[in-house]
Amino acid sequence: MTAIAAESVRRRVPVSHRVPLRRVTQVELRKMFNTRSGFWLIASIAISAVLATGGVILWAPADELTYSTFATAIRFPVVVILPLIAILAVTSEWSQRTGLTTFTLIPHRSRIITAKAISSVLIAVAAMALTFAVGALGNLLSAAVTGTTLVWDVTLTQCLYYVFGMVLSLMTGFMLGVLIRSSTGAIVAYFVLTFVLPTIFGLLATSQQWFQDLQPWIDVQFAQSGLFVFDQALTGEQWANIAVTGVTWLLVPLAIGLGFVMRAEVK
Amino acid sequence: MITVEGVTRKYGSFTAVDDVGFTARAGRVTGFLGPNGAGKSTTMRIMVGLTRATSGTVTISGRHYVDLPNPGLEVGVLLDASAQHAGRTGREILNIAQQYMGLPRSRVEEMLEVVSLTPTEASRRVGNYSLGMRQRLGIATALIGDPRVLILDEPANGLDPAGIRWMRDLLRGYADRGGTVLLSSHLLHEIEVIADDIVMIGNGRIVSQGTKTELLHAAGTVVRATDHYILRRALRKLGIVTSLSDDGALRTDVDPVLVGKVALEAGVALTELRTEDAGLEDMFLELTATSQREGAWT
Repeated sequence: MTAIAAESVRRRVPVSHRVPLRRVTQVELRKMFNTRSGFWLIASIAISAVLATGGVILWAPADELTYSTFATAIRFPVVVILPLIAILAVTSEWSQRTGLTTFTLIPHRSRIITAKAISSVLIAVAAMALTFAVGALGNLLSAAVTGTTLVWDVTLTQCLYYVFGMVLSLMTGFMLGVLIRSSTGAIVAYFVLTFVLPTIFGLLATSQQWFQDLQPWIDVQFAQSGLFVFDQALTGEQWANIAVTGVTWLLVPLAIGLGFVMRAEVK
Repeated sequence: MITVEGVTRKYGSFTAVDDVGFTARAGRVTGFLGPNGAGKSTTMRIMVGLTRATSGTVTISGRHYVDLPNPGLEVGVLLDASAQHAGRTGREILNIAQQYMGLPRSRVEEMLEVVSLTPTEASRRVGNYSLGMRQRLGIATALIGDPRVLILDEPANGLDPAGIRWMRDLLRGYADRGGTVLLSSHLLHEIEVIADDIVMIGNGRIVSQGTKTELLHAAGTVVRATDHYILRRALRKLGIVTSLSDDGALRTDVDPVLVGKVALEAGVALTELRTEDAGLEDMFLELTATSQREGAWT
């Protein structure tokens, strides 16, 4: 091919409007699916939801075959996978160095980060809809197979709590991605934050009386646990716990991370 | 047109780019030449806003890069062909660029054809690409928005000789149609064959800049003949001073055309006649020797 070919395919109409955020978000959403790792990570949500549902049907005691059991079982794989999706959506721009192209085509980095946040939340909500549907199918199936009564023991409000809790987990991953900007580092930090730290806080609370009262205000997992229990409405104090831990563990580090992202050199 | 004015970038006490200023004009290929680590890439990253300048400004057609509403349509950028997600296919990488810029889908296949990537190659993941294929894909990404300005960092790296020739023709055609092309290289020869203007940088500072003819002309002419005594005598008769080097080549300040005419009249067969590029080459080698690691002990 020569320059002649390049000339023959030159774009006819010169248009130059600011790239709308809607379009940036669509592209960012596409970028979460169009790599091999991204595709399988998202596919694994559906796969693990089906596996967890199958597990409940096979092994749960008959009197526990209710919708809440299914929803709770599905939560565990999904709560691990969703934040990974958000982490990789952000960190791949640095670890895979695609940021060199991305931030050249969209020089306002805040718009890319916003688009990534929106598309991560969209995926979380879609994943939640999927898990609720898979859980519902599992519940119907188990009632038909085992002959137990069909129990729908989850209210719409509880479903919304659940989705909100999942979005908070996802945003924790997102925050770590923005703050650390390295896939491995951010994933390790996520596991420390969600599995190691709550264990330490739990031990501290059982051994130290003074910490027991403080725990809901410090331990973010503890504060958010009420969102996932399908039990009762949260009290005002529980919401306050979620708000306070959300600010200290999510918003403040996110703001610091955004400051780095805006200034950092992209190499 | 790209205008770089007094750009400085410091990392702590280290100055990577030191008061760099030049203009890459429309309709011309500007070669940005310098040894590895001279500050070429940093300067190019500053141009497109990936690195902040400590001081100084860069404008592209009179505007700052960040103020361009849809930069891909105005500036084609290739900074590092390897900076792509290994798990994405070549076509998908072009799809992303096409969608960011809001171009018709057909542009992707057109660009694949322009850079000679076959549909099969385009469906493979970039992790399996050779450096040459990545360069072609990077060029396609830079060209897809049909920009008026191209900024390319070491675009010939990894290309085979045919690929280098293709790239040269492509960029030449681009500039001839009125585009601005700025390309960097650490190879003097590469810049020499394609550039109209040369900006040479070493240790973060501009050491020389001008049109290629200006920079090359200053050095005069090198000529070799089957019998250099006759040629030398013929030249001396016209008052042209020559110097004879150990390898038998004659050097003079006058134009090669004149030397050729003199040789014809004197009946001397020439074995070589060229403009001497040693001025630039010497300067470049000197620069390379002081700032490049492998040259430090030679």
